[in-house]
Amino acid sequence: MPDLTRGTPVRTLNYEFPADRPPARRAHTGVVGSGDLEVLVTPEPAPVARVRVRTSVDGFDTVWRTVLERFFARHRVAGNFELNDFGATPGVVTLRLRQAIEESRT
Amino acid sequence: MTSRTHDVYADWRALLDRASFIELGARARAVALLDTGTARELCGPFDRIESPWLEPQGVVPESDDGVIVVKGRLDGRPAVVIAVEQAFRGGGVGEVSGAKIAAALSLAAGDNRDGTPTAAILLLETGGVRLEEANLGLATVAEVCSALLELRPLQPVIGVIAGALGCFGGMSIAAGLCTRLIMTREGRLGLDGPQVIESEAGAAEFDASDHPLIWSIDGGTQRTGTALADTLVLDDVTAIRSAVIDAVAQGVPAEHRSQRLGELRAHLHAVDPADPPEPSGLAAAWATASPQEGDAQ
Amino acid sequence: MSRGRKWTGALADGDVAAVIPSVITADLTLGGDTARLVAVVPDPDSPYRRARAGEVGLAEGLSLAEAVTRVVTEDARLPDERRRPVIAVVDVPSQAYGRLEELLGIHHALAVATDAYVTARTAGHPVIALIVGTALSGGFLAHGAQAGQILALDDPGVVIHAMHKEAAAKVTRRTIEELDELGRRILPLSYAVADWAQLGLCDELLDVQDAGDPTPEDVQKVKAALAAAVGRARQGPRDLSGRLTSPSARHTRAASRRVHEALAAQWR
Repeated sequence: MPDLTRGTPVRTLNYEFPADRPPARRAHTGVVGSGDLEVLVTPEPAPVARVRVRTSVDGFDTVWRTVLERFFARHRVAGNFELNDFGATPGVVTLRLRQAIEESRT
Repeated sequence: MTSRTHDVYADWRALLDRASFIELGARARAVALLDTGTARELCGPFDRIESPWLEPQGVVPESDDGVIVVKGRLDGRPAVVIAVEQAFRGGGVGEVSGAKIAAALSLAAGDNRDGTPTAAILLLETGGVRLEEANLGLATVAEVCSALLELRPLQPVIGVIAGALGCFGGMSIAAGLCTRLIMTREGRLGLDGPQVIESEAGAAEFDASDHPLIWSIDGGTQRTGTALADTLVLDDVTAIRSAVIDAVAQGVPAEHRSQRLGELRAHLHAVDPADPPEPSGLAAAWATASPQEGDAQ
Repeated sequence: MSRGRKWTGALADGDVAAVIPSVITADLTLGGDTARLVAVVPDPDSPYRRARAGEVGLAEGLSLAEAVTRVVTEDARLPDERRRPVIAVVDVPSQAYGRLEELLGIHHALAVATDAYVTARTAGHPVIALIVGTALSGGFLAHGAQAGQILALDDPGVVIHAMHKEAAAKVTRRTIEELDELGRRILPLSYAVADWAQLGLCDELLDVQDAGDPTPEDVQKVKAALAAAVGRARQGPRDLSGRLTSPSARHTRAASRRVHEALAAQWR
């Protein structure tokens, strides 16, 4: 079970996207389990979505950018987004982000 | 000790209508056990107390380190539910997650000494010590066992093993110390998992691909049938919650399973290591074994 | 002869008794105290064939509990400060890995031993672990890990770990050399006793001349260290909170300390 990621250091990717809809409150979804990720959202007064991704999967920087760009262009939710990834697919990333912003509104 | 192994699975209606407990994440499971609206998570994701040992090994940490501590009320009584998230590092217990379990049990013991009778529920879906934190995982598992025994004379500590991952390694010792243990048929309990034994001793000793064999030894039906666990329940939120409420309501027994030396002695005497019974015959072999002196200390 | 048997014999005032062939006990005078030594040793004739090399198996779990519980029962009427020290002499390769062991519930046998040690400590008996050889995995959890004070010989033959090296290499798909390299970077992964001693779990690391065959000076030195540990145990807490307050723990276990503080602050 340990060491699916051996030899690969954890990579931290940072992105910023313009946003104008502040989340009402903080929210948490997902788990750092195989094929999944954990998302933490905290409110941010500035009109920006700051995204920090930690992943041990190498070589997907462009995919992350594309997936996140598309999501935040559509949802325009401001806040700090912390993503702890364990090899989630773009579909799962979008699903967890959507759950997180829904939870942050309710 | 009551062992409700009969008829549970014959109730097809319950089977069809059930809401799976184990398919919930650890946080949802903890909340589902407590009375509606009473759950309050402690040291949650936004406290961000992560394991400091994972990132240097190329492993992304989790904000709660895979253990969820939720305080609330259970059937109106104060309780803390401590749930291991099996999806994170196979439910492995590391420095932070182990410290969360041990500290919560100790704080519950403190509440009891201060006049607030607080019970604890452990949701044990875990492979044991998290190998990436080896010696500190081992240390915290010892601390969990010690804290569990600090609370156990004061209020029940109820273990629940619901899922197929099971409860193995050092945490199986913690399970053995619980006041009462609740399992599902899918749940497993053992010290060493089949893969570990096969790896140490070969497939002739334990064939890790032989699923019927594994469940016949480690499975919830066998463990409740041989009184190494107490209650067999359906994997259903309502059924598990009501089993937990019953187990807490039974209170603190005069003697706990892990104190019954005479019973263990009788059980070992009843089995010839050179010619052990089939798993299906163990309950019968033990039923006729009577404890000798030594239990009434 | 195993290190556990050698050291138990060398420290004992007189005869070494056997609860079962693989669990031995002896008495040791330490100042005004008569401590009870308890050790798990190999028994090549054990009917449990997966527990013949000194592993903690079903019978060992039960016998450890019997040996420790006996001391607690006998001293129950004594004032706390006169309750005898229990010294676990630790040299265990592991728990017993076997199908029979799992069938009969070895986790339960280890829980029974754990319970007995915690009960003794909580009742005021100084419980000391003296690690003279290997202290691995479930074997150590059942025999030594519940001690209020842990002493270890500073010797390459002393290995304290969650999993023996060959198994860890197999599971993590690393070579032994890679494991050693990783252990140098990640403290809790190290197999070196000096690194383990920095985790806050070690109360004293003892430098001896011959860890495999103690000299009279070694025995005197270890006896003095045990007497000092008994004194500290009598003064210290009866739970394991002392493991988080040592100078090395303040550094190495900062995360554990943070958990305890945060959880206590949020509890009410």
